Amino acid sequence: MTVLLIADITIFVLSLLVGFEVITKVPATLHTPLMSGANAIHGVVTVGVMFLAAYATTPLGYVLLLVAAAFGAMNVVGGYVVTDRMLAMFRARNAPGPQRKAGQP
Amino acid sequence: MTAFDTAIHLAYLASAVCFVLGLHQMNTPATARRGNQVSAAGMAAALAVTAVVLVHDHIITGVAVTVLAVGLAVGAVAGLITAQRVRMTSMPQLVSLFNAVGGGAAALIAVGDALHHPDLGTLPLHITLTTVLDLFIGALTFTGSLVAAGKLAGRIPGRPLTIRGARAVNLGLVALAITAGGVYVSGRGGILMLSAVTIAALVLGVVLTLPIGGADMPVVISLLNAFTGTAVAMAGFVIDSSPLIIAGALVGAAGTILTKLMADAMNRPLVSIIAGGFGTGDEQHPHSALASTGTVREIAIDDAALQLAYASKVIIVPGYGLAAAQAQHELVALVQALTEHGVEVSYAIHPVAGRMPGHMNVLLAEANAPYPQLKDLEEVNPEFARTDVALVVGANDVTNPAARRAGNPVSGMPILDVDHARSVIVIKRSLGHGYAGIDNELYTDPKTAMLFSDAKAGLAALVAGVHAYVA
Repeated sequence: MTVLLIADITIFVLSLLVGFEVITKVPATLHTPLMSGANAIHGVVTVGVMFLAAYATTPLGYVLLLVAAAFGAMNVVGGYVVTDRMLAMFRARNAPGPQRKAGQP
Repeated sequence: MTAFDTAIHLAYLASAVCFVLGLHQMNTPATARRGNQVSAAGMAAALAVTAVVLVHDHIITGVAVTVLAVGLAVGAVAGLITAQRVRMTSMPQLVSLFNAVGGGAAALIAVGDALHHPDLGTLPLHITLTTVLDLFIGALTFTGSLVAAGKLAGRIPGRPLTIRGARAVNLGLVALAITAGGVYVSGRGGILMLSAVTIAALVLGVVLTLPIGGADMPVVISLLNAFTGTAVAMAGFVIDSSPLIIAGALVGAAGTILTKLMADAMNRPLVSIIAGGFGTGDEQHPHSALASTGTVREIAIDDAALQLAYASKVIIVPGYGLAAAQAQHELVALVQALTEHGVEVSYAIHPVAGRMPGHMNVLLAEANAPYPQLKDLEEVNPEFARTDVALVVGANDVTNPAARRAGNPVSGMPILDVDHARSVIVIKRSLGHGYAGIDNELYTDPKTAMLFSDAKAGLAALVAGVHAYVA
């Protein structure tokens, strides 16, 4: 085992523990935005896809890159936008009139 | 390490800090939106820094730059459009879809990396092992999430689809994946073995998700979310990237916690949900009437409206039936009318009300219900005893007092103590059964009155009735 690998495993385990600690405190009211926000965070896979671009030199490599880049970007952008849309709806008081119409047929 | 490398690593560390702080701020609705923005800023920084590395190192061909840019642009636009257009009732399938593409991208990283190293004999164990894990989990999550999204969207039947001999097929696929993965890790076999792992995982994703009933979906979505996180963390090990490891672990933790909460709230062990074939999906059994043991009291709209208007404390118990009938706006209008009349009103929300964790809260927030009125199980249960009227709309099994006794399908399930209220009104179309397929003893309780109506029409009539009494 290399020092590098040990460092990676350490980061992984500590991040898991931080995740458990932070996420246990999220109230049930926010579980859907939490999941959608966490979903957006795993869009960081796009960083990996960008490094993959450095290896891509063959047609197959380019196709893989294209699909992976589209997947990753969709994950990031869609995830954050929809989470923001949801969280914007959580208000402490009934907002006045016009917003009531939203969603009404 | 050069100064440039140091700067890059510190920037990645900063974005990881943003992810953690963003999740931390989700601990109250008041700061949650800012938390998501902090997290998004961290993501933007991580992506920008990566672009700087690629440019700085000159390690990327012109074609690859173009392909990458086009892919990112297409994905970003697709994500933006779907995120802006989706209805809140369709949120579970959208989250599932984003989960699928995230898992797919993680699997593709493993493929791309393996294609880059055709000489497998020289690769260390920790690379080959994580490559296999990344591929397996990522590919399984990809097809599994797509099937889950299809079920939630109604494109694939929500009832459990059981295939004869499915268990043998599953075991065979797992054995194939383990064997092929083992051969690859041992340094032989190469791309052929990785292909076998991928195909086995893709098929497994489908056959594992198909037999799971529609009502078990909150658990499945949470579990698949945890899987994607793990796949992303494995991708981080493959290409030695700490942001991927950290973010993947955070998401894995979130998914695991939610999976456990959901499975506990449904009173089903995780194993039996994954084994599938038990749930009946969304449809109720119209033919099954309540057992002859009890009589049911009916109430007219006017009487129900009067009872609500002259109560001092009312608790609303919404279930998925409410969302299915798209009646959340009528419900919030009723609560508003009662609140203006001085009645103390809150919503009691069971963890599995909806099709994903916390779904009902989002639906009510969209209909403009203030979040301080939304209360979870532990918070609201002690309040039922001093409640004049509990109004149940579209919820069934989660209110069944039979759960407190042993020996029936809902035994031990955490329920809302609706029967502790002084009186109960249930809006329901018929006496059909819920997901567990048993009689709800709440309906034959002498305190309970049934208002037989469609949720949307019934609530609209109640709003009119309440306005008539308080005007």
